[in-house]
Amino acid sequence: MTKTINITLKIWRQKTAQDKGGFETCHASGISTDMSFLEMLDVVNEQLTLDGKEPVSFDSDCREGICGQCGAVVNGRPHGPEKATTLCQLHMRHFKDGDVLAIEPFRAKAFKVVRDLIVDRSPLDKLIQAGGYVSTNTGGAPDANSVPIPKDIADKAMDAAACIGCGACVAACPNAAAMLFVSAKISHLALLPQGKPEAAKRAMSMVCTMDELGFGNCTNERECEAECPKEISIVNIARMNREFFKSAFFSAVM
Amino acid sequence: MLESRTPGGPLADKWDRHQFELKLVNPANKRKFEIIVVGSGLGGGAAAASLAELGYNVKCFCIQDSPRRAHSIAAQGGINAAKNYQNDGDSIWRLFYDTIKGGDFRARESNVYRLAQLSVNIIDQCVAQGVPFAREYGGLLANRSFGGAQVSRTFYARGQTGQQLLLGAYSALSRQIAIGKVTMFPRREMLDLVMVNGQARGIVARNLITGEMENHAADAVVLATGGYGNVFFLSTNAMSSNVTATYRAYKKGALFGNPCFTQIHPTCIPVHGSYQSKLTLMSESLRNDGRVWVPKTPGDTRAPDQIPESERDYYLENKYPSFGNLVPRDVASRNAKEQCDLGKGVGETGLAVYLDFRDAIKRDGKDVIGQKYGNLFQMYEKITAQNPYEIPMMIYPAVHYTMGGLWVDYNLMSNIPGLFVLGEANFSDHGANRLGASALMQGLADGYFIIPYTIGGYLAGTSLPKISSSAPEFQAARKEAGSRIHKMMAINGNRTVDDFHKQLGKIMWDYCGMSRNDEGLSKARIMIQELRSEFWKNVRVPGTDGDLNQSLERAGRVADFLEFSELMIIDALTRRESCGGHFNEAFQTDENEARRDDENFCHVSTWEYAGDAQEPVFHKEPLEFENVHLTQRSYK
Ligand SMILES: Cc1cc2nc3c(=O)[nH]c(=O)nc-3n(C[C@H](O)[C@H](O)[C@H](O)COP(=O)(O)OP(=O)(O)OC[C@H]3O[C@@H](n4cnc5c(N)ncnc54)[C@H](O)[C@@H]3O)c2cc1C
Ligand code: FES
Repeated sequence: MTKTINITLKIWRQKTAQDKGGFETCHASGISTDMSFLEMLDVVNEQLTLDGKEPVSFDSDCREGICGQCGAVVNGRPHGPEKATTLCQLHMRHFKDGDVLAIEPFRAKAFKVVRDLIVDRSPLDKLIQAGGYVSTNTGGAPDANSVPIPKDIADKAMDAAACIGCGACVAACPNAAAMLFVSAKISHLALLPQGKPEAAKRAMSMVCTMDELGFGNCTNERECEAECPKEISIVNIARMNREFFKSAFFSAVM
Repeated sequence: MLESRTPGGPLADKWDRHQFELKLVNPANKRKFEIIVVGSGLGGGAAAASLAELGYNVKCFCIQDSPRRAHSIAAQGGINAAKNYQNDGDSIWRLFYDTIKGGDFRARESNVYRLAQLSVNIIDQCVAQGVPFAREYGGLLANRSFGGAQVSRTFYARGQTGQQLLLGAYSALSRQIAIGKVTMFPRREMLDLVMVNGQARGIVARNLITGEMENHAADAVVLATGGYGNVFFLSTNAMSSNVTATYRAYKKGALFGNPCFTQIHPTCIPVHGSYQSKLTLMSESLRNDGRVWVPKTPGDTRAPDQIPESERDYYLENKYPSFGNLVPRDVASRNAKEQCDLGKGVGETGLAVYLDFRDAIKRDGKDVIGQKYGNLFQMYEKITAQNPYEIPMMIYPAVHYTMGGLWVDYNLMSNIPGLFVLGEANFSDHGANRLGASALMQGLADGYFIIPYTIGGYLAGTSLPKISSSAPEFQAARKEAGSRIHKMMAINGNRTVDDFHKQLGKIMWDYCGMSRNDEGLSKARIMIQELRSEFWKNVRVPGTDGDLNQSLERAGRVADFLEFSELMIIDALTRRESCGGHFNEAFQTDENEARRDDENFCHVSTWEYAGDAQEPVFHKEPLEFENVHLTQRSYK
């Protein structure tokens, strides 16, 4: 049933990357429980604007849980308290009247705050640029059915490929590691015959780039898996390590 | 003026022949050309990657923080291709014919045929990139049938086809970024097109983080900036989808084709409150197994499971026995509206119909249905807090896609030399109504397989003097864009940008939506003019223009929607027929279907900007059908 609730927000405000930033309190009243979290923020922003204040900057685009553009930490949890849910798909029915919510940007050494809840996630693009592709040019591809791929392999590749690149795994990790993100891409491609030829090289390059970009190491905290809105499994990290060791071995014997 | 440049010869040979006739750029010379691609969706992403692979230097722009987040990512259902892997009678010809017919015979034959031909290569290309399409146990690719098609030609990756296709294009793009052939400019918004000596030679873009204006010069400009569905405020499009890039090009002389052709998708989650920021599509694939119905008696408020079979009206199955729940989108949407207008709508607002899986679950079991639609059911439940395995879904039509766009010739070049337009941003292949799973196909065909050839023909055959990005034309465009921003910021009125946008959306939905009439359209035109003038007096844009300012970004887009919406209305008023997504109540058959007027309106309507105070000038491209016979669409 739809009802309305009043909540208190403690929102991180920060003008620029250099700015120190801090929490500001504001009240969201008459919030319909059918609203999404971002619609709640829209309502708050409309009010701030009318009150002559600056609205809170936050990222979003598809608002369907697929583009990966949204994201913030709500009461200590990336994308909020619901399992397998992006912030744009989190609905206010999961909160109670009178709740106090602390909202802050994804925090990680590799992600600089741009403004308020917006962070710079371009290091994730750099990771893909380091090898998250199959080196094939447009044109000249063989018939799509020329290489059968067992359904379970295709399904596993799809499980890994479902990553939306939101960065919640990095924000959730005490070491701010990008292991889940990188391993999902490495797994997706290594599982498929099309990605196999470059699997070792890809793993080596992506893992090294991860270090260069300031992402931390994996110490098996499993927070990434718990917070991933697409439930990407840490099995991928094991698969990545296999590919990485293969490539390390390969380069050692060469 | 409107030269479609369709090559001669038989339909099936036109593209081959054209490829041969197009001039080639010498491989060593390609690196001397600079190409701007605005947009990183399926159209832009595929184009930028493919052009860079050929050796061109590419600059690619997008609004999002990463090219991977372009709106194409949200496509769920699938992508068509005439592979005929299912041996069920599909062919290039059938895909061509279905697309032309589905578009209500308002698209160019030659373009649509080429699209059907290229569809086959797209799937090969995507599989080579590692796109994990759904497969059968034998390891071969799986297909399903999709809205309006009687063959299974749709390839899919669970309910995330757009995501996987875009990630494929993005991976190819990333590879080119890594080797320096593409320079990526994320969080940039193109605010104007720059023309030098009558040729498109660059853009002015705003850096959305620093607020700085940037000039970018090139030898050709490719726009792949998506559709303008957000003119309705509520749509299934992403928040940043806009008309700015194409509308600015229109104001620089590019013709806008069929702006009134918009698609209202039948299966979306109904509107539930005024705070709502967007509408969520429930993939059309659901109509393969879900049955659409409403109670037979108006005002019946019983819970769905309390309504016995004999008191349910499966209106699509009854009215269209051969297509049933799979009629094309425009037909399904209009019928849902008709049922609700009769008072038979369900849910709290009465603006919804049921999409019921009870019988499919009984027939195939919950597991099978779950495998096909699990993630969609989950998404529905997340939003509505209702479980579609137990309670029928409630759906209602919502704005989804815009068939209209910048006019392009067979080369996908607009009437401005050097300005190419791809994907949803152009007007081309879907006529007055797009079939499901055909937009992804078109975006990728345009980007991977058409532009790499046709842009070469242009560059090789055109004199392109060197220009600098500080040329006076750039400075003028930049100054104009800047002064618009200053003007908007200085108003400091009493209404927010979203408030204006919502009001505009409501006007468009009420009068220029699923069904239209002259009186309403004329009224809407005046309402829009008034709203626009109020906007420029009373909008409030907080903050400054010197850094990241999301209100300002939206204000610029809404300002353009407030002008562009009027063009849609003018176009709707001048098309004195109903066809596809354009349904004027004055033109319908006895059975309330769209009645075309092939004698007088078998053409593309295009509009030329003539000044803010002037009516736009109308030009038409007559559509000639040499290979198909125009029929009244019937799905009975
Ligand atoms: C919810 C949903 C589901 C869909 N499902 C399907 C489906 O199953 N099958 C199907 O075939 N089609 C589907 N469609 C339609 C299809 O997804 C789109 O038509 C298609 O993806 C558009 O691709 P595009 O490359 O033209 O543009 P987009 O993907 O919209 O990309 C536009 C790009 O341009 C950039 N841009 C826009 N304006 C500017 C500017 N001013 N300055 C700089 N950059 C700019 C954006 O940042 C973005 O990168 C669906 C659409 C929606 C909304
Ligand atoms: S806005 Fe796209 S995932 Fe949330």
